[in-house]
Amino acid sequence: MNTSTKLATGVLALTVASLLTACGSDTSEAATDEPATGQSTDEAAQFSVEDPWVKATDEEMTAAFGTLVNESDEEITVVAATTSASDMTELHETVQNDDGSMAMQAKEGGFTIPAGGEHVLEPGGDHVMMMDLTEPVEAGTVVTITFTLDDESTVAVESTVKPFTGADENYQGGEH
Amino acid sequence: MGGGPTWDRRRLLRTGAAAFGGAGVGWGASAVVADRAVAADQATSAGTVQLTPAAGAELAPAAGRHQAGITTAPQAHVALIGWDLRGGPTSSGLTRMMRLLTDDARRLTAGEPALADTEPELAAYPSRLTVTFGFGPRVLDRLVRRPERIGLVELPAFAGDRLEESWAQTDVVAQVCCDDPTTLAHARRMLLKDADAFASLRWVQEGFRTARGTTPEGTTMRNLMGQVDGTVNLDPAEPAFDERVWAAGDQRFAGGTFLVVRRIRMDMAGWDRVDRVGREATIGRRLADGAPLTGQNEFDEPDFEATDRYGFPVIDPASHIARARHRTPAEQFLRRAYNYDHTDLSRDGGADTGLLFLAYTCDVAASFVPVQRRLAEIDRLNEWVKAIGSAVYAIPPAAPEDGYVGQQLLEPDTDEEDNA
Repeated sequence: MNTSTKLATGVLALTVASLLTACGSDTSEAATDEPATGQSTDEAAQFSVEDPWVKATDEEMTAAFGTLVNESDEEITVVAATTSASDMTELHETVQNDDGSMAMQAKEGGFTIPAGGEHVLEPGGDHVMMMDLTEPVEAGTVVTITFTLDDESTVAVESTVKPFTGADENYQGGEH
Repeated sequence: MGGGPTWDRRRLLRTGAAAFGGAGVGWGASAVVADRAVAADQATSAGTVQLTPAAGAELAPAAGRHQAGITTAPQAHVALIGWDLRGGPTSSGLTRMMRLLTDDARRLTAGEPALADTEPELAAYPSRLTVTFGFGPRVLDRLVRRPERIGLVELPAFAGDRLEESWAQTDVVAQVCCDDPTTLAHARRMLLKDADAFASLRWVQEGFRTARGTTPEGTTMRNLMGQVDGTVNLDPAEPAFDERVWAAGDQRFAGGTFLVVRRIRMDMAGWDRVDRVGREATIGRRLADGAPLTGQNEFDEPDFEATDRYGFPVIDPASHIARARHRTPAEQFLRRAYNYDHTDLSRDGGADTGLLFLAYTCDVAASFVPVQRRLAEIDRLNEWVKAIGSAVYAIPPAAPEDGYVGQQLLEPDTDEEDNA
């Protein structure tokens, strides 16, 4: 929970809601509900994504979001991602330019999730950028996002495609 | 998480009762929102000290194999949403739409934000939110195999109806009910956003009852003509309820039901000219307490044989209750109506006022249709009420676990279907 206090307001609400769910049910979805054992050598076993979703589009690119959850007591870094709907996929962050405008760019070193913590991918923040889409990404369908972790293990996540009008920030330097 | 020292204010509000040693027994001790399994209809005993806005935290009780929002004690507000599928019904479009909308409903009714919710804070107080989905005749005919086994047919034309195209039958309906109008507005918007790629919005019919807590629980509603409305109604607790409301037979639809929607406009200016004696004679009940003119209390059986000292029936045989009363048990159905009242400067009195009549039955042709035919033929109330909208929907059973509402109909298990 200590990580989520640093997150944006909207994210906090999402996090709190999911933690409440975990508190009241037998199945644990939240990262901190069950302490990690720290025994696993495979990071993939300790990594999951809560509420993964992709913005629907009929254009050439879109983005994937969700809460990356690390249940281990070591840091985990997502170093790459691929998807079932795109030929080119990058890990992006959103930065503020000198003129105050916001833009996206590839995130050096990937997304690092603290031990027992979370890392939120959301519109206006970090996200998985899907480029050169191989098919229309249609609302109500599912896209598989495969995350590669820093120990080279991989995790495939089924992500729901949602209609969403936001998440159309500019790309840094117009390079995409 | 488990009770760390960092308390978010909303979390504190939600779980306050538990945190303070269960002081707030009135709303069910532990956080209602936090536990989906809790049927949140525990009695809220008067006089209990409450730390929190209990009504906002309350979840509608789970309805098992049925969709919620049917036997749920009617919430204060409704938004009935009617859509037509774009380009006509297609299986892939409706399937994808129902996946998204069912997911939205699951999360929002649990007090959680929808996926990709842009206003997640507005989901925090579920206030017994329910979302009940249904399909119109065109969907059944085109997308469901052997639709005759489900048995949804369009309503016949009734004498006296003044139907307007703007309130006509649609392909898909969602009955969204909630005790809180802000939560309802958010849920409604989320559903509209997610449906837009697949369906065009035909209408939203808004309605209300008394605000939660205004009247004692279980009080029969009043309509805007001032009448106690809905005294004779099926009670989920009575044995006949299941037989009259829930469909059986076809496995794809068992536990489902049908929804009849009638938008009934009231001529309030005309009604204003009727005195209380005339109003009571029209209905056959007293305005003060809803008792039949032959009885003392609301739930007294009306005596249609009783005559006054001149030999005239006390309850006019042409009165509304005399005509509406079920003649056979099969004519009973569940009423779940809401009032509506919209500003309309083009109308006398500046308002369009009426009743959003919603009825649930497992057999429309055997229950609602004969009763409505009788009313269309003779009912003194007809002088002041007119149906301007009319529609009927198949309401599938609850979604399969991890599935979507209507999945049993749209993607039936082959074996099941062949054995149906």
